[in-house]
Amino acid sequence: MTDATAPAAAPAPRPGHTAGSLLTLDKRTRARNAAEARFRLYGAIAVGIALVALVWLLISIMSGGLSAFRQTMITMPVYLPAEELDEAGNRNPAEMSRVTTLGYARVLDQALIALMAEQGIAIEGLSEDDASDIISQEAAAQLRNRVLANPDLVGTTVESEVLTNGRIDGYFKGRVTMASAELDSNVTPEQLRLADALRANGVLEKRINWAFLTMPDASDQRPEAAGLGVAILGSLYMMLVVLVLSVPIGVAASIYLEEFAPKNRFTDLIEVNIANLAAVPSIVFGILGLAIFINFAGLPQSAPVVGGLVLTLMTIPTIIIATRAALKAVPPSIRDAALGVGASKMQSVFHHVLPLAMPGILTGTIIGLAQALGETAPLLLIGMVAFVRNYPSAPPEGIFDPASALPVQVYNWTQRGDPAFVERASGAIIVLLVFLILMNAVAIILRRRFERRW
Amino acid sequence: MNDMRLVERDVDATDIKIKARNVQVYYGASHAIKDVDVDILDKTVTAFIGPSGCGKSTFLRCLNRMNDTIDIARIEGQILLDGEDIYDKRVDPVQLRAKVGMVFQKPNPFPKSIYDNVAYGPKIHGLTRSKAELDEVVEKSLRRAALWGEVKDRLDKPGTGLSGGQQQRLCIARAVATSPEVLLMDEPCSALDPIATAQVEELIDELKQNFSVVIVTHSMQQAARVSQRTAFFHLGNLVEYGETGQIFTNPSDPRTESYITGRIG
Amino acid sequence: MSLSLLLLVVLAIAAAGYVIGRRRAVSASGGDTRVLHSRPGYAGMSVFLFSAVPALLLIMVWLLAQPIIVDGRASALITDNDIPDGSSRGLVMSDVRRVADGLDLLVDSGQLDEDAVRTMRADLSDVRGRMGNVGVALGSSIRPSVFEAAKAYRSMNSVGRIGMSIVAIAVAGAGFAFALRRIEREFRARNVVEHFVKALLILCSLVAVLTTFGIIGSLVFETIHFFQMYPATEFFFGTVWSPRFGGGSDLGILPLVWGTFYISIVALLVAVPIGLLAAIYLSEYATKRVRAFAKPLIEVLAGIPTIVYGLFALITVGPLLRDYFAQPLGIGNSSSSVMTAGIVMGIMIIPFVSSLSDDIINAVPQSLRDGSLGLGATRSETIRQVVLPAALPGVVGAILLAASRAIGETMIVVLGAGAAAKLSLNPFEAMTTVTVKIVSQLTGDTEFASPETLVAFALGLTLFTVTLALNILALYIVRKYREQYE
Repeated sequence: MTDATAPAAAPAPRPGHTAGSLLTLDKRTRARNAAEARFRLYGAIAVGIALVALVWLLISIMSGGLSAFRQTMITMPVYLPAEELDEAGNRNPAEMSRVTTLGYARVLDQALIALMAEQGIAIEGLSEDDASDIISQEAAAQLRNRVLANPDLVGTTVESEVLTNGRIDGYFKGRVTMASAELDSNVTPEQLRLADALRANGVLEKRINWAFLTMPDASDQRPEAAGLGVAILGSLYMMLVVLVLSVPIGVAASIYLEEFAPKNRFTDLIEVNIANLAAVPSIVFGILGLAIFINFAGLPQSAPVVGGLVLTLMTIPTIIIATRAALKAVPPSIRDAALGVGASKMQSVFHHVLPLAMPGILTGTIIGLAQALGETAPLLLIGMVAFVRNYPSAPPEGIFDPASALPVQVYNWTQRGDPAFVERASGAIIVLLVFLILMNAVAIILRRRFERRW
Repeated sequence: MNDMRLVERDVDATDIKIKARNVQVYYGASHAIKDVDVDILDKTVTAFIGPSGCGKSTFLRCLNRMNDTIDIARIEGQILLDGEDIYDKRVDPVQLRAKVGMVFQKPNPFPKSIYDNVAYGPKIHGLTRSKAELDEVVEKSLRRAALWGEVKDRLDKPGTGLSGGQQQRLCIARAVATSPEVLLMDEPCSALDPIATAQVEELIDELKQNFSVVIVTHSMQQAARVSQRTAFFHLGNLVEYGETGQIFTNPSDPRTESYITGRIG
Repeated sequence: MSLSLLLLVVLAIAAAGYVIGRRRAVSASGGDTRVLHSRPGYAGMSVFLFSAVPALLLIMVWLLAQPIIVDGRASALITDNDIPDGSSRGLVMSDVRRVADGLDLLVDSGQLDEDAVRTMRADLSDVRGRMGNVGVALGSSIRPSVFEAAKAYRSMNSVGRIGMSIVAIAVAGAGFAFALRRIEREFRARNVVEHFVKALLILCSLVAVLTTFGIIGSLVFETIHFFQMYPATEFFFGTVWSPRFGGGSDLGILPLVWGTFYISIVALLVAVPIGLLAAIYLSEYATKRVRAFAKPLIEVLAGIPTIVYGLFALITVGPLLRDYFAQPLGIGNSSSSVMTAGIVMGIMIIPFVSSLSDDIINAVPQSLRDGSLGLGATRSETIRQVVLPAALPGVVGAILLAASRAIGETMIVVLGAGAAAKLSLNPFEAMTTVTVKIVSQLTGDTEFASPETLVAFALGLTLFTVTLALNILALYIVRKYREQYE
């Protein structure tokens, strides 16, 4: 303690802070407080940027995609001439199917020209051919299906909602203007004027587009007809596969690791493995799927079963991590209580611990499924990019049929030339996000309702 | 010279450094400190004693506004440091804490070198103008905390590598380096073994030459050993306050007596 | 027998096993079930498990093995002479499969019966036309050998299916009989069931290990294949990437690595400051209400699928950067660029940095903060000089995890970065990454045995190794850091 009594122990001079009043801030404190305020501001700005980015992202997708849910259509009477559509006159669908969509396209063209004549619409410089081009090629196919399903319509006049082609639709959504039509070989300003006239007469309007949710994809030339039906079914089938496989496997693995596994190197290995699997890039799982499930095991390309298997492997670590957390949260006293009345370890787990951990497991499962639903990259590698127009049949066989998937459909549409597909892609994302929001809402409600504190 | 200072100290000892009146502290709905009046003298060791949860630590933390960091704490009443209300709107707690330093229950050295631990206060308050001056302050503070001899060869080693007692003395050196006028110590020895405790107590005795020291302690022996004045808290009330000798030998309140004789604890 | 019917039959046998097993246990007890070792339900359960599980495992293995065996046999029917020039065995085999599928469709739609298929010959009847009728388009007329292989393929498959059904039902029945015979008064049914269940649990936890083996196995196997065709030194040190599907490609990984690295750096430059400052603000400054509102919203960014970010890059950020920065400054005309992909990816990984940092900052003990504040430090001084240095290892771990995310990210770069493999410093130029090239080399009609396709596996292995190393390092650092404060 000699140190303390040394002369050096005398009160040190205080060059920095004056012995002055506490009530006045010295210069240095003011500077430090300014630095404090600045730092705090940086933090607030960072939070602000993150939130603005979120809002910007959502607005950009919404503004680009909401219009996909409305489609420009012409409502007009269409006369179905028997001599063209049913030469034999016996209304036999097998024979009527010889008439191709071209025949129906002619019927629609005549109907449109008749409509123009009736309403007195004449556009200078617009030929009949050009006028009828505003009708989508898909409209003829739709009309044909309708007639073949109900042959008695032949010879009558039916009120039809007829799809216009993508450029006309784009005109009413702001993608196409008179000026851009001048330069576009697919549409002329005269056609746009015709569309305007039809709209003024109330026969052409934007209507709610359920077909976007139910119809299959369409070719490059027909963005107006492209729908998400096959993609939604494909995603649904994949989610079924993921649910059926990943939940039992993931929960079983967690129960073993959390409740039964001895603490040894092998268990450690499994745990490290799971932690790392959760962080492996998703594209690597795609390579795995391609190499193992398709090339080695010979499962069909583009099939939901393969996508489901790959997503299952990706989801299992998520479910295991969530389930283990839920099991850990059940207090040991519950296990002790069960063991204390003579239950076996297995009984204590399955009768007491697991039911108590259920809400946590369910929440984790839903979040894992939501992640899987939005996953794109691995599906590209296992052939889900293929152009599929046929609906897969009902499961379980249907999971081996080719299908698309929601996020892959988005990717597919971004790769097409016609800008109308960008609208479709944004619209598909809105559908995807709605599914995700619903799933997460369910997870949150479950968590709120069953949240338990010991 | 030493003699002169002794005389001075006697004179200073009558100076009131901190004057608290009608202090109330609420944690949310609970009333943690009720109506406490206390005068803390300069260049004196004042001990706060009392059973756990009696509010002595809470009151100590009011003296340099450490309770500000707890959202739900609310303080009423008046605490004057050299006649100035430290809860005045114009007072910056940062400036206040430079004058009223604090040492905590658990040694909490920063995960930095020993040197940087001690230099931290002087650096942030801008107390030194040059590296040499800073070196000098660090050395002086470590000497004052009776740690210099043990660490002078490893100033660049992390402070967390020291033993418990050394860590606590490092924390004291860190507090001393800012040249505070009051040093608050919240059970500084509770995490230490008896030898380290003795070292720290010796140190406290030395420190009172320059500072007003307020120490919260669980141990009555410690209070008797190091302090000149003692305040006994019970259930948020200041029960008795006076000369240490008098409190321990002739308490005026029956509660103090019960506590000292071990009937409440 | 269709697969779903077979599954139903097996499950029905097992369910019957439960009921009968239970009843047998009850009758063995002579009416007083208390004399049994285990409750009768466990006896039933043991029969259920012995009937269902082996049969289901067998079906699974059979479903995986049958295509491999059938493919091999059918392939053996095709001699090298049957493979046209410029084609490969793989392409011919896919024709075989399609013809077989077409025959199935023809039979299903009633246009052919099995006898007709057996006598049908490719050189006599118009196979191609009939296939066209059921929607199976064939490029050229079918060689007789291919057609015969397809017929063999079909018949082997149907034999296999029938075989699987018979064997699976037999296994279920055998398990049923075995388990049922063991039931008696002293039978320790509960222990048997519990051992069985435990074995199943272990099996499930092995799936994770098997997945890793599968990943490593498939990557390493094909990578070795690739290096037999293409020198490894040229792959790792080549500075030109120009695959040509006719041979003579340059497949140097360096431009891809550079693109990946550059984009990841931009992403981290966006995400680390924003994520870290946001985490600091939310954990040290924000009021409870702001925190309760902002924290989940920032985490929403992590829940948005990457394809959404990709589209955002493609239609919003890319054109914006091009029109307002790159073109006015004259440094680029492409809307897909390093900046586009980097910024969007940065936004995506903000929540990874912020929520991990938040955890880590909260793990710094309050006593350190008190120590600093007690000395008269301001909050920001405390954060910068005490909290952050203390949290540094953990934060570094978080950043490494974010970096591994960025390197492995695919959809944002596929849609936002471009496809040109370039070694350039201009961030407004389109560049490409390892993941983009994996996608482009493995999608579309590719011939599997060419180096241009197999290179994707070498790229995948490189990606896997790098991200794995980053993850392990990050997890190790974070774990060490946690231990420090426990």
